[in-house]
Amino acid sequence: MSELSVVPSLTRPERAPRNAPGAAAVAWMMLERDLKLAFRKASQLVQPLAFFAMVTTLFPLAITPELTRLRHIASGVLWAAALLSSLLALEFLFRDDAQDGTLEQYALSGRALTGLLAAKTAAHWLLTGLPLALIAPLAAVSLGVPAHALPGILASVTLGTVTMSLLGAIGAALTLGVRRAGALLSLLTLPLAIPVLIFGAHATQLAIRGQPYGAALTLLGALAVFGMTLAPLAAAAAVRINLE
Amino acid sequence: MTWTWFHRLASPPHLYRTAGRLTPWFAWPAALLIIAGLIGGLWLAPPDYQQGDAYRIMYVHAPSAWLSLMVYTIMAVAGAIGLIWRMKAAHALAAAAAPIGASFTLATLVTGSLWGKPMWGTYWQWDPRLTSELLLFFLYLGYMGLRAAFEDLQRADRVSAVLAVVGVINVPIIHYSVVWWNSLHQGPSVMYLGKPTMPPSMLVPLLLMFLGFTLFFGAVVLVRLQGEVLNRERAAHWVEEELGA
Repeated sequence: MSELSVVPSLTRPERAPRNAPGAAAVAWMMLERDLKLAFRKASQLVQPLAFFAMVTTLFPLAITPELTRLRHIASGVLWAAALLSSLLALEFLFRDDAQDGTLEQYALSGRALTGLLAAKTAAHWLLTGLPLALIAPLAAVSLGVPAHALPGILASVTLGTVTMSLLGAIGAALTLGVRRAGALLSLLTLPLAIPVLIFGAHATQLAIRGQPYGAALTLLGALAVFGMTLAPLAAAAAVRINLE
Repeated sequence: MTWTWFHRLASPPHLYRTAGRLTPWFAWPAALLIIAGLIGGLWLAPPDYQQGDAYRIMYVHAPSAWLSLMVYTIMAVAGAIGLIWRMKAAHALAAAAAPIGASFTLATLVTGSLWGKPMWGTYWQWDPRLTSELLLFFLYLGYMGLRAAFEDLQRADRVSAVLAVVGVINVPIIHYSVVWWNSLHQGPSVMYLGKPTMPPSMLVPLLLMFLGFTLFFGAVVLVRLQGEVLNRERAAHWVEEELGA
């Protein structure tokens, strides 16, 4: 980072050549690359999921093994565990690319960094958010949640993790230059994630009770869309500042 | 209308001297208003027919709550100005304001929970306003933590400015989601401070306290701004001359 700090073009890079691939093609390439790299280090992908399973296991052990009582706290347990687990996964988002200089090359590439980071965030969600949403119903069953609630849980965790990945991208970008940023990253990201927690846990609660949960899902979707429009901008600004 | 006075604030010695000159203009009216507000609020205003004397904590609680939000907004606006126009004075102002805002937030939480003991029978209730104030306190802690995590001051300034802007967009979303959450969970309705049906003998001291606290913030932030400027410019010659060292 330090030897590049004299390069003036880092903040105002030159435009990409005319015959270069379009923005969508580049985003696709980024996505492919990130997925390929992640699958080569599959243990990194499994760890946040194991953490999620472990945290949900703590509650029956700490409170009660009775499924009828666990059902009442299931939505809170699932969502608290999901938020913590997605925090844990954030470390992988930019770390490797920042260490080997790839992120600087992105900033210098003449492409909109916002788009590149949006693609990276999408890859991160596919690798951490989506698997989390897929195992959340499994964890829910272990907490005594009836089967009719599982589609609602799948849908709400899917939407909620999108926002978590986007908020996390901002947090990870802000703390790019900080060593051992784990606790700071949680302190920055969790207060911003409170709306996700509230609407997500509410949708899950309604699904468990067998009531319509569409409204809460809509709000979760609104948060995700709002995050998609603004979060990559903030993340790109933070990455540029940290690369300077 | 010329903006030269504004552009001149970009010069650290000028900013330092201006802040020093302005401080008494905030500090003295603040002291007078707060004394007048306290006399009016704690002695002259009648006890409330429902809450007795306990409501009087509002004279500290409500102005602190107002400032806890205003200071965060000031931080975000100053941060945005610093990011867009690369104005270091704005970043110094944001850095000076953050701990004051966090203190007002803490004061709001403490006075709120003290008021809660006689009113709710418990020091802490997951009341929407107190809960969002607690989250605001975490946002302040995150902001100050991020600032402290960087050794390079310029980077700390700009990164924390991005966080403040992100935070200020999120504060209303967090607040309304907490209000909505609370309306789902809470059965008994909670009495709020600052009912609009307040007689003038209660309202006037409250307004004095609002103004007094705001001016007090102005005075403290100016003093802290001077400190920030000195710390940032400690290698410069004018600091030596200014302090006569």
